[in-house]
Amino acid sequence: MASGIKDKVVILGMGCSKFGERWDASPSDLMVEAFEECIEDAGVQRNQIEAAWFGAGIDAFNVGASAMPLAIALRLNYIPVTKVENMCATGTEAFRGAVYAVASGACDIALALGVEKLKDTGYGGLPQRSRGLENDMYWPNLSAPGAFAQLATGYRAKHKLNKEDLKRAMAHVSVKSHANGVKNPKAHLRREITEDQAVSAPYIADPIGLFDCCGVSDGSACAIVTTPEIAKSLGKENLVSVKALQLAVSNGTESSHESWDGSYLKTTRIASQRAYDEAGISKPKEEITMTEVHDCFSITELVTMEDLQLAEEGKGVTEVLDGNFDADGKTPCQIDGGLKCFGHPIGASGLRMIYENYLQLNGRAGDRQLSNPKMGLNHNLGGFPHQNICSISIVGPYN
Amino acid sequence: MTGISAYGVYIPRARLSKKAVADANAWFDAGLKSLGKGERAICNWDEDVITMAVEAASECLSSNQDVKLSSLYLASTTFPFLDRQNSVVVSEALNIDNQIRTMDIGASQRAATSALISLLESKVEGDSLLVASEHRRSKAGSRAEMLWGDAAASVLIGSENVIAECVGIESLAVDFVDHYRGEESSFDYDWEERWIRDEGFMKTVPAVVKKLLQSASLSTADINHFILPTDQSRTPGVLAKKLGINVTALVDNQISTVGVAGAAQPILLLAKALEESNPGDHILIIGFGQGCDAILLKATDAITNYKPALNVSGALARRREENNYNKFLGFNNLIERDIGKRGEADKQTYLSGYNRRKDFLTSFLGGKCRECGTVQIPREKYCVNPDCNALNSQDDYSFADKQGNVVTWTADRLTFDWSPPAYFGMVQFDGGGKIMMDFTEVEEGSIESGSKVSVHFRIRQFDPVRGFRKYFWKAVIEEKIND
Repeated sequence: MASGIKDKVVILGMGCSKFGERWDASPSDLMVEAFEECIEDAGVQRNQIEAAWFGAGIDAFNVGASAMPLAIALRLNYIPVTKVENMCATGTEAFRGAVYAVASGACDIALALGVEKLKDTGYGGLPQRSRGLENDMYWPNLSAPGAFAQLATGYRAKHKLNKEDLKRAMAHVSVKSHANGVKNPKAHLRREITEDQAVSAPYIADPIGLFDCCGVSDGSACAIVTTPEIAKSLGKENLVSVKALQLAVSNGTESSHESWDGSYLKTTRIASQRAYDEAGISKPKEEITMTEVHDCFSITELVTMEDLQLAEEGKGVTEVLDGNFDADGKTPCQIDGGLKCFGHPIGASGLRMIYENYLQLNGRAGDRQLSNPKMGLNHNLGGFPHQNICSISIVGPYN
Repeated sequence: MTGISAYGVYIPRARLSKKAVADANAWFDAGLKSLGKGERAICNWDEDVITMAVEAASECLSSNQDVKLSSLYLASTTFPFLDRQNSVVVSEALNIDNQIRTMDIGASQRAATSALISLLESKVEGDSLLVASEHRRSKAGSRAEMLWGDAAASVLIGSENVIAECVGIESLAVDFVDHYRGEESSFDYDWEERWIRDEGFMKTVPAVVKKLLQSASLSTADINHFILPTDQSRTPGVLAKKLGINVTALVDNQISTVGVAGAAQPILLLAKALEESNPGDHILIIGFGQGCDAILLKATDAITNYKPALNVSGALARRREENNYNKFLGFNNLIERDIGKRGEADKQTYLSGYNRRKDFLTSFLGGKCRECGTVQIPREKYCVNPDCNALNSQDDYSFADKQGNVVTWTADRLTFDWSPPAYFGMVQFDGGGKIMMDFTEVEEGSIESGSKVSVHFRIRQFDPVRGFRKYFWKAVIEEKIND
């Protein structure tokens, strides 16, 4: 029986660029911005990094293929660098590579960096791109909001909700994240919105309105990881360790087998349960103190709360409206503003989420610092509700 | 005894108000107002000759499951492909055994009658399917735009269960150029209407009809249904009078409901005549264009009990009013629209990859697992049932004739669509199988989780760079017709 990743690897340092419409910055500029903060925080030299994992989501519009763009941007010293792509889970996937390398003993210090330059694509939302030769022959020409709007119709049908109640809860999700984002200087969108604004915004894909969608931005985030022993030897205190790293990838059951009704995310349920087991968490509602989840759309966050067992199944609307996931709620969600306010530069998002939990656990989160953070969960969902990749990472104080 | 044993029709649901067309164009041609009554059938953006042919043929075959087809002919003057046999696409969409003779027949308004003659005279064993389909091309603001319509019709020809037997056939070949469309042109060029009537219809048709009736030992008074496809509203009456055919026998050209459907018109009107025929009735069908075809049929006793799944009246009743003339112009590429950045994405079809999945993409076949019975689409090597996952265990399973229910759906206003918003969602089929697919013909507010759907062969995408179009199946919210 595998012993899992718990407490085998700690975060030595992290960095995150300012997210936004970075018309002034190239992907390399963003990588350097995140890396400079990270390496200063880690207190090591570039030549101490023995291997790197590089996450970038959309090749054609971004840095191009292979790991070379990272090696060149950071002038890495001819070390092994691996490029990873796993849709919206890409950032976490890069982190997983670096963490596993350290845990295996193959190297002492490893780097994970994710970047995405979405604002050079010329699109308002995510760029239109191929879904693969065969999928392109029959898949609906769905946009991301179009894909996740179906989660709302599926969820609403399953739980027999009326549209207005669901819309109001979805609005609350966005209002809460905007309120959090105001306090974060690195967020892209930094203004409060009202529930009325969110509810009455024009539909992008019924019932998803403009304010139910996350932003679209450029950004980069990175982490340097090592073993607890090395971190201590470097004089690091208040270590943050990796408690769980899990990934669940759809195998086509949701899209083609009638056992899935479109009302939840099967991969999130599977990956989170595995992550709880790996981290030794038996009561997620009590033990998880903050979450950064994949709020690509407000409905995704609402449903994800149930799939993570942080809300009771079918009670997401009530729990959201009760403020359980607000900054002052039971389990604050997107305390940094989330994808909603950061936008979603695909390769960077997973690492940006871990960055927030790392700051919170170190008491370095400024105006938005939570009072007693313990266990932070990060969740990414790549793809579409019926066919996706879910990554979960849990970080907490190293004991 | 050879004759017609079944028929099927398809009229696009969208019916464009002629007043809307006349109002938009009266500044240029005030005369159009005199034609501004009623409506005409227009193809949705995702319909063409092939998709309408599949619909009409499918209706035609639905009343007789035991048919063993030996041939399928497709008649049209507006084939989407000039070199790729359109009738083969239709036969694959119908999932017909490929040991079959297929042919496209075009280049004349009498393409369908000539094809019908060829099949009636054919000595090949088995049944033959004739489909006539037309997606008409006319210039914006033209009279043709007011008078024509898009439609398809199909008849089954054979010697079993004949509802109308063939009594006689005559043809005349005359290069009378009332109109033409050259290879360089998208539109017809025509000559004066009165000349066409006097020198064309009035001279050619009587010569052929007289000869036909003579050889059948019948007189014009014996004709109960007279089909003269034309957009000249008065000509059939004038001609009937000249021939001595009772005016009550005239089969209306449906100019104010469907519009004249080009090469499909004679077969569409034949379906209408059959719908109204009693045993013993004589039906005279004329095909006019570079001469004339004349076919005389006689309804048999079997017609009394013949009930098509959808008759002409039913197809006419299944309609959606369209008052937006601009939409018609857009659907027919008569204006250049700003399709936006999302519309620019490359739509190349990788033909070798397409060929591998043709059973799924064109015939809409999935699989049924022999081990566990799970029905699934698309079919992969391993069964999708998580408790089974057997390898290579699936037999063909057709979804084209299945109904289903909407599980999830949305109206996507961000993605590119020729008629936004794009409706799509997850469909769960009765009897098993589930897939996320496009919906078409959706009227706002008509769709919910649980809505009943049927599936239809439609255009999925155009590749304007390479002149290709992809087809796939789409879900349509079911409505009850003919009850």
